[in-house]
Formats: sequence, structure tokens, C-alpha cells
Amino acid sequence: MPHKVDIAFTLNGRPVAAAVPVSASALQVMNRDFDLTSAKLACGEGECGACTILLDGVSRNSCLTPGVDLDGRDVETVEGLWTGNGMDLLQDAFVEAGAVQCGFCTPGMVMQAKFLLAPGKKLTRDHVLRGLEGNVCRCTGYHKIVDAIVAASGETS
Amino acid sequence: MALPQNQIPTAFEAFVNATSIDEACKALAIGDGTVVAGGTDLWVQKDEAHKTFGPRLINISNIEELARIEIGRDRIRLGARVTMSDILDNGDLGDIAPALCEAANKFASPQIRNAATIGGNVANASPAADAVVPLLCLDAKIELSKWDGKKISTRDVPADAFFSAPGQSVLAVDELITAISFEHPGTNPIARFFKSGPRPALEIAIVSLGFSARLAGGKLTNVRIALGAVGPTPVRARKTEKLLEGQRLTDDLKAAALDTLADEISPIDDVRGSAWYRQHLARTYLQEALHDAAQS
Repeated sequence: MPHKVDIAFTLNGRPVAAAVPVSASALQVMNRDFDLTSAKLACGEGECGACTILLDGVSRNSCLTPGVDLDGRDVETVEGLWTGNGMDLLQDAFVEAGAVQCGFCTPGMVMQAKFLLAPGKKLTRDHVLRGLEGNVCRCTGYHKIVDAIVAASGETS
Repeated sequence: MALPQNQIPTAFEAFVNATSIDEACKALAIGDGTVVAGGTDLWVQKDEAHKTFGPRLINISNIEELARIEIGRDRIRLGARVTMSDILDNGDLGDIAPALCEAANKFASPQIRNAATIGGNVANASPAADAVVPLLCLDAKIELSKWDGKKISTRDVPADAFFSAPGQSVLAVDELITAISFEHPGTNPIARFFKSGPRPALEIAIVSLGFSARLAGGKLTNVRIALGAVGPTPVRARKTEKLLEGQRLTDDLKAAALDTLADEISPIDDVRGSAWYRQHLARTYLQEALHDAAQS
């Protein structure tokens, strides 16, 4: 049995705890310990962004983040965007723009967009394109994804 | 290749979540430690069969002292766990170390810039390490700390004496990189960073080149040229630097500099590019740097 470490952190607004193997990634902790499957394993080496989560408000590839390093942090995934009253503004914008095809990259795209929008500034298309350089969509749906994020930031260009 | 999702690798057997340099160095003194900060290199490499890592994982992400950027009048000090995003977001470094900021700007992807640290980029000792090239141009020093049994002792290693082979350096098993420091380059230094890859993001450089100098009375001084991915470690092009030092930039001198550079680097053919192409890129980047220097 691999050695396990007790960690406690905030997951989508609520305090949680788990015993995780030292070699597990944050992505594996999300998937295995909390049944949160929005963050996806695709490339497993930080190239595709499908595993993007927010760690203390900052976007990270969860496949490359040590699970044990979640201890004490604030973790957000797409599952946390549901408020009980409806979807997040960004999710609505994705639906409105038709920015979802197969959907595999979408949670990572949404969380990266959440990070880009965090300062509350208006984003131009160039900001969004640059900000999504670490997120791959293999349905070639980039235009609508960019449209959605620009719309969500209140920019209409 | 990543492991299947249902399989937890067993590379690490113990964990130390260090909150101080003391604690991290004491854990390293046991001799079986592997340091992690952002994890962007380690978490890929830990599952590779030909790599071995100490089974005691020591997390330095929570050591606040290592996250500081200190802009002094004479010296700049970057804590080892300062991330590429921290470098880009810093209001002063853009003017002080524009080539370092350019390297941070061209570094991987936003998510990786949020995690990857300057200390990690040095420790990983890749011949293509983006941030190392401008650090070589800045004559940076790598501060190494260790627990000597009674207290923390430190030594400074010049960046160009730190690397020994791909993935290897003078860093001992009980040492922690605690900071990278360099002399304040003064106002308006000429400093450039170039990097080549098929797309702007997420590329390991085919060739990278850093150039820095000052222009005094029409003559170049303090010339530094460093390259990545043209040899087994990031390298300084000392012969080319010497040729340019104290000289006026004539067309003849520029041509001679390009030939000297071609002679003193030893790129290889690999999946990312041929030796011929790497020579071509190195020459082209130096040409561009010298052209810019002449205009400034």
C-alpha cells in the first residue's frame, strides 16, 4: 500500500478531508476521493488543460499538481459553479454561444476562463486567445469558446 | 506517457509539508529527499522508468520566504519558489530584467506559468530551460542552502558553473535552491530573449538566445550572450562575447560575430530540430539582437 497523508482543504466552498497517497495528483484526488469528474485526464503532462482547476483562485493543471499540496488550500472545479439557483454567468455564456461540442475540454476551458475573468477586467479577443494557450479543443471549437468568454466579460468585439 | 487514471504511482513514500527553510533543509539532510514546488516537471518525470527520485517528497510551496521578490538598489533577489506568473506580474522586473520577463512570457502556458518556479527551472537543469538563458546573461547566482547539523549554511554558485549535463547540476542531495540573485543592471540595459518553436505556447525551445549589453560611446560593453538547446547545458557564448566587447558594431564585426558563434556552439540533431537548423536559428537570433543593439 502506498503511504497516505491526511489532508484537509476547501473544495467548492465546503471543508473536506481525505487520506491521499503521496504520489497522487490533485486530479486523482478530485476523481477518486471526491467523485468529481469535471477535471479530466487527457495528456497527463500539462499540454491540454482539460484538468484545469483553481487553486487559491489561480488556474493550475491538476494532473501536475501534487495531491498532498491541496492541504490548506481553496480548490474550485466546475462542479462548484452551480449555485443551486442556476448556472454561472460563464456557463450560460458557453451555452449561449454554442461553445460546447463533445464537451471533454469544456470544464478546463470554463475554469481557465474563470481565472482570466477573476480581476473583473474586460477581456479582448487577444487576451482570451493568449489566456487559452494552455487549453486544447480537438473539436476545433475555439471561435465559439472565445466568443463565449468575451461575451461573459462584457466585451462585444 | 501518463499512467492509467486508476493506477496510483508509488514513487514517493513519505511527505514533508515544509513551512520554513529550516524544516525543508533538515528533511533534505536525511539524504533521501525530492523537492517539489510547482510540480510541472517533477509530476511528469516521476513516472518515467529511467528516472529515480528520493522517496521523501518535500513540498516547499508553503515557505513564504521563498516566494519573495526583493528589488534592492544593487541586487535583485528572487526566492526559489517565485513563479513565472509572479515574475510577469511584478511591476519592476519588466524594466530591470526585460529578457527574463520575455522568457517568462514565452514559458509554456498560463496554467504552467502559475505553477512553475524559477528555482524549479534551474533545478531541472534542462539544456532548453527558458529562464536560465536570461539568468546567464544577468550573471545570476544560485543560492544553495543546507542544514550542516547546527545551522543553515549557504553557498552561491554562478549560474554558468551550476549545470553539468542534461538534468544534472552541482546541486547536492542535501541542498535546497533558496534564491536566484543578480546585480541590478541599471537603467535601460539592452536585453533580448528569443525562443523558437512551432507554436508560441507550450514549446520546448528548438533554440533560445539571450543577449545583453550596454552601449557607451557607440561601443558595446558588458556583452553577454547565452543560448539554450545548443549543447548539453545552457551555455554562454564567451568567444563571441569577447569578440564584441568594447567594439563598435560594424557590418564586418557583426558578420565575424555570427561566424564565431557558429564555431563555438555544438547543437545536435533531435526530434525538435536538426543541428543545421539550430545553427541557422542561433545566427538569426544573434543577428537580430545585434541589429537591435545598433539601433538603441
